[in-house]
Amino acid sequence: MITVSNIKKSFGKLQVLDDISFEVNKGGIVAILGPNGSGKTTFLKILLGMVIADGGKILYKEKDISKSHEYRKHIGYLPQIARFPDNLKVREVIDMIADVRNEPSNPDDLIKLFGLEPFLDKNLGNLSGGTRQKVNIVLTFMFDTPVIVLDEPTAGLDPVSLIKLKDLINKAKATGKIILITSHIMSLVEELAEEVIFLLEGSIYFKGTIGELKTRTGSEDLEHAIAAILES
Amino acid sequence: MIKIFKYSFSDLMRSRWSFIYLGFYLLLGFVLLFLNNDLSKGIITLMNVIVVLTPMIGTIFGVMYFYNSREFTELLLAQPVKRSVIFLGQFLGISISLTLSLIIGLGIPFLVYGLFRSGEIFNFLLLLIAGGFLTFIFVALSVCIALFNSNKIKGFGYAILMWLFFAVIYDGLVLLSMMVFADYPLDDFALLVSFLNPIDLSRIMILLKLDISALLGYTGALFQRFFGTSLGFVMSWLMLLIWTSVPVLLMVRIANKKNF
Repeated sequence: MITVSNIKKSFGKLQVLDDISFEVNKGGIVAILGPNGSGKTTFLKILLGMVIADGGKILYKEKDISKSHEYRKHIGYLPQIARFPDNLKVREVIDMIADVRNEPSNPDDLIKLFGLEPFLDKNLGNLSGGTRQKVNIVLTFMFDTPVIVLDEPTAGLDPVSLIKLKDLINKAKATGKIILITSHIMSLVEELAEEVIFLLEGSIYFKGTIGELKTRTGSEDLEHAIAAILES
Repeated sequence: MIKIFKYSFSDLMRSRWSFIYLGFYLLLGFVLLFLNNDLSKGIITLMNVIVVLTPMIGTIFGVMYFYNSREFTELLLAQPVKRSVIFLGQFLGISISLTLSLIIGLGIPFLVYGLFRSGEIFNFLLLLIAGGFLTFIFVALSVCIALFNSNKIKGFGYAILMWLFFAVIYDGLVLLSMMVFADYPLDDFALLVSFLNPIDLSRIMILLKLDISALLGYTGALFQRFFGTSLGFVMSWLMLLIWTSVPVLLMVRIANKKNF
C-alpha cells in the first residue's frame, strides 16, 4: 500500500536521508527507529507532504503522493511536538480540523477516554504539554483512517494515558490499519511493533522483525540490540 | 479555501490588533475632518497618511501573522488540503481583515460628516481602493519574505526594510538620479519609475484625481497628460493588479517548495 523508493533529502550540506526504499503492504505496526537526527521525522514529514524530497518517490495505493493531496485523507498524523494556535480553544480546534477534513469524525469517545471534558473551553496556549498531547491524540484518532503515523506519541503522557494510548493503537492494529510509529522508548516498541526499520546516518541499516534483529545482534531485548548496533 | 479564510479571518478579528487598527482610523478620520472642516482637504491629508501607513501595517501584520500562525499552518499541512489553498486562504484572511478595518474605520467618520451629499465620494472611494490594493500588495510581499526566512528576527528586519525602501528610500534614489541626470530629458524616466513603486503609483493616481496636480509643476502637467487619459488610467490600475498578483504567485510558488 505504501511504496517508498529511493527517497533522498538533504538540508544544506547535511544528508538526512540517502536512498531510502521499502514497502509496507499489509496492516500492522511498523516502528521506525534510529538515533537522534537519523531522519525519522523527516521521513514521516515527506510521507505527509510537509517536507519535499530531493529525489525518489512515495506511492500510496500505486499513486505518487507528490501529485495530489487527496491521499492525506487516509492518513492520521500525530506530530512530535503538540503545537497549536494558542488562542484557539480545545473544542474549536477539534471542530476546525473536522470541518477542514470534511469527513465523519468521532471525537467524543476519545475526549471522554482521556478526560479532556474540563479543558474543552480552555485556550490551547494555557494547557500543559501532556494535555496538549492528549488533544493531539484525539485529533489523530478521531477519523477512521487506514494509515496512522505516530511521531513520538508518548511524549509527556502520564502512565494512565500511556496505557490508554497503547489500547488505542492495538485496537487500530486489530482492524488492519497500517501504523507507522517512531519512539525512543524501546519497551513500547517491543510491546507494540512487529516490524522494525532502523535508520542510521540516512540509510536503512536494518529492516525486519524484532526477533530477527535480536538474533542478528545476539541480544536479549530490543534496547540492547539497538545499543549493540550503535556501538559497533 | 473559504474554510481556511474563515478561520484566519475570525482568528484575526478576535485579536486585539485589528481593533486597535480600526480604532486608529476612526480617530484619524474624525480628527482630520473636524480639524480641516472640509471633506476634500481631509481626503488630501488622509492620502498622505494612507499611502505610507497601509503598506506599513500590511507588512508588519503579514510577517507577524505568518510567524505566529506557524503551528496552525503545520496542523493544516498534514490535512488533505492543497498547499496553495492554505496559503491563499491565510493571505486573504489577513488582507481582507486589514482592508475592512480601513474601510470601516474611515468610512464611519466620513459618512457622519456627510460624504454622500458631497462630490468627493469618488475621490474617497479611490482612496479606499488604493489603500486596499496597497494592503494586499504589502501583505503578499511580507509573507514572501517570511517564507524565505525561518529566522523571525531576520524576516521581520527584511520586511521593515522592504517597506522603508518603497516608502522612503526609493523616492530618495529617484530624486538623486534626477539631480545627477538633470541635463537629460527625464520625463519618460519619471513616469516609468513611478510605475515601478506601488506607493508612488497610488499617490500619483490620487493626487491627479484630486486636481491639485498644478502644484506639481511641469512634471505634474506631464503626469496629468498621461494619467489623465483613459489609457493612463487603465494602465495604472493594471499596474496595481500586476503588483498584487506577482507577489501572490511568488508566495504560492515558494510555499509549494518549502519544507515545514
